[in-house]
Amino acid sequence: MSSTPALNRRSLAWAAILLATLAVAPLWLPSYPLVTLTRILVFALLAVSLDVLVGYTGLPSLGHGAYFGAGAYAAGWVAIHMTQSATLTLLVASASGAAAAAIAGSVAVRAQGVFFLMLTLALGEMAHQLAESWQEVTGGSNGLYGIPAVHLGTIVLLSARAVYWWVLSTFVSGVAVLGCVAASPFGETLRGIRDNEGRMRALGYRVYHYKLAAFILSGAFAGMAGGLLATHQRLVTPADGGLGTSTLALFAVIIGGEASLSGACLGAALVVLIRDSLGASLGGRGPLVLGVVFVAVVYLLPSGLAGALRPAWRR
Amino acid sequence: MTTLSCVGLCRQFGALRAVDGVDLVLPEGSRHALIGPNGAGKSTLFRLLAGGLRPSAGRIFLDGGDITHLAETRRAQLGIGQTFQHSSLFLSMAASENIRLAAQRSLGRPWWPLPCSFPTVRERVEQLLGAVGLSGRGEAPVASLSHGERRQLEVAVALATRPRVLLLDEPAAGLSPAETARLSELIAGLPRDVALLFVEHDLDLVFRLATQVTVMHLGAVLMQGTPEEVRVSPEVQAAYLGTGQREDLFLPREPE
Amino acid sequence: MPDWVNLHFVSLLNGLAIGFLLFILAVGLSLVFGMMDVLNLAHGVLFLTGSYVAWFVAGPSPSWGGFLAALTVAALVGGAAGALLSLACDRLSRRTHLAQALLTLGVALIAAEVLSALFGNDVHSVNPPEALDRSVSVFGHAYPLYRLCLIAIGVVVAGAVHWIVERTLLGALVRASVSDRQMVSAVGFDDRRVKALVFGLGALLASVAGVLGAPIYGARPGLDVTVLILALVVVVIGGLGSVRGALLGALVIGQIETLGRALLANFASFLLFGALALVLILRPRGLLAPANGSRS
Repeated sequence: MSSTPALNRRSLAWAAILLATLAVAPLWLPSYPLVTLTRILVFALLAVSLDVLVGYTGLPSLGHGAYFGAGAYAAGWVAIHMTQSATLTLLVASASGAAAAAIAGSVAVRAQGVFFLMLTLALGEMAHQLAESWQEVTGGSNGLYGIPAVHLGTIVLLSARAVYWWVLSTFVSGVAVLGCVAASPFGETLRGIRDNEGRMRALGYRVYHYKLAAFILSGAFAGMAGGLLATHQRLVTPADGGLGTSTLALFAVIIGGEASLSGACLGAALVVLIRDSLGASLGGRGPLVLGVVFVAVVYLLPSGLAGALRPAWRR
Repeated sequence: MTTLSCVGLCRQFGALRAVDGVDLVLPEGSRHALIGPNGAGKSTLFRLLAGGLRPSAGRIFLDGGDITHLAETRRAQLGIGQTFQHSSLFLSMAASENIRLAAQRSLGRPWWPLPCSFPTVRERVEQLLGAVGLSGRGEAPVASLSHGERRQLEVAVALATRPRVLLLDEPAAGLSPAETARLSELIAGLPRDVALLFVEHDLDLVFRLATQVTVMHLGAVLMQGTPEEVRVSPEVQAAYLGTGQREDLFLPREPE
Repeated sequence: MPDWVNLHFVSLLNGLAIGFLLFILAVGLSLVFGMMDVLNLAHGVLFLTGSYVAWFVAGPSPSWGGFLAALTVAALVGGAAGALLSLACDRLSRRTHLAQALLTLGVALIAAEVLSALFGNDVHSVNPPEALDRSVSVFGHAYPLYRLCLIAIGVVVAGAVHWIVERTLLGALVRASVSDRQMVSAVGFDDRRVKALVFGLGALLASVAGVLGAPIYGARPGLDVTVLILALVVVVIGGLGSVRGALLGALVIGQIETLGRALLANFASFLLFGALALVLILRPRGLLAPANGSRS
């Protein structure tokens, strides 16, 4: 069974239906679920960006929160000190994520497999330390608070609905772009590197450059998701870009299924729901349940939920 | 016109001289077989030529240029193609995608970030599938291919980059007689300007296809010549079939 | 004594103490990784378990008996946990090493949550055993006796581990597995039991390190992540599967963490990760990694 993403009519039709449902959600969803859904979308964009790295390029990163955090802090800082333009803050967020990824990636992609995992873990912690100690810019351990609402032209993104629609449109654009890249020759090259890096080298591919490009691309969209976080939460703390976030993002990708962008979204929704919403009714032990689910998936569903659902899907 | 050659190539692993002062010349269009008993250093020599391993001593030339210190990737870009003893394919993909990955590097734009299909690449994939006898099997995932089909795909992948020098490491390993015959036709039909160096244990195949044969033993070149010369050489027979004294197989020969 | 050394003598000694503590923690991680290619991300939570055991069994002001009891309990719990984890990972041995690492990650999260549920989110501090809870004079400087003992224990453990690895059959198996895994199983050793034993011993040392470290770090959520990162840095710098490397790496990191922090404050972290990055670029196998033949 080929692992090329299905851009066929059927999946596009389903995607359209889902999109329509999401678009009209604010019209009938009460405020709290709407906020949760917004959080899911932000996190899903992060998960999808990580999937490009983990699922498509075969680079398992446990430090992706760092680029998410970089984007969030950049967007927040710009909104406070420079401009409240929604698009500009988002662009700055993306660029910051990409820049941080370029620096970290130039070192990290020299490693493979679990070495890479360790290195990204260490680099992520380094970024966390930076966020905690760089008082002047990040606000230290208190975080960056009082971020003003941004505006899109004349519309101020203050209400839950407005923020939701902004997040949704950014999410859809982001996933669409990454979906295109995944289905492109570049995406195929990445999958080749994932499957058999040695052979790619023997065929004349400059593997390091491709891996670095994937890392930067992934970081850019993680940063973009971070920008959305700043807009949504109006507060950024070091924990937002810390190991907890990185772990959750990796959980989402693995649970949803590597090399499946829709799987990553599904995994993200599941992770957020289990941890936050369900967690309340489980006496705050959401992370425990999440851990159990994760271990179960690792054991029983090597291709994640997407892999398990795919045969049924193909009928 | 010499395409690939090496002079005094050596590779040591600690005290073991896996490749010991090998000279080899591969002119354009040659069909050169490399044979020898197990442990003779053939695979190591291949890795040295392809660039996967650094030599301890000696030099390698491609079209007269010294490529001794070039990385494997660069050598591949300059036209050295190789197949591997254990099929090295992209297991999550279909057969045609495997070939496409290889062809994309030189014929398409592997960095192109938008979904796109390059006609030249598509044609090449079809052509190669046909050439190795896998037409119609393009959509099959590699996991479902038989061993013989995988060996054929392995050759197709190597050919996709239009190499000037092709190193085939035991292409017929594990193939049935029918499959070996098909492989033999494929190799016989390779472009005339490609220089071919192949390692093989199937001596029928060697004698059918090769115009030059190098016999290796214990890391060094035992003899080089035409297939006929090698076939009748008593030293080669001794190396393969064993001598009266078993130690001779393991100890280096005494200098005359 | 040179002025500079005099000035930073206490930090230097602290560096040694932390270094040996890190060695006891990290050597298990290094051997397991070198031997089985399993990155045990639950290693930090084993340390934390030891710390909580110290607080729970020995109490905030432990006596000798209490402290020794804590050490014993931690050793048993750690050893058992390690063996179980090894068997769990073994079932995934046909999948990728990443799958095994992810399994340990999931287990680490579950364990951290369980510890948090049992012991709450506050910091629990533990004092050194009464008899050792005082300062002695070392070259004219006052220095906590407990930390001196920690250095002594570290030297003993290092010697013991070295002896086991170099002089026993188990150690030979470990060294052989680090070099060439397939050969060892081809020769007929029961892979799973050896793995469980080594994993268990490594985990045991991690838990014991947690008890020993409790008077220094206390017991609190988040400590598992901190020590895991330190252990990873030690293992990468020292080289996988190398006891000597783990010792060298631990002592170096110990100094960076103490002397480095004293001199450079927060920049010490960057020094740490800078060193990690540098080693990974220049010597991907670590500074003292054993030369091995067939690693996939």
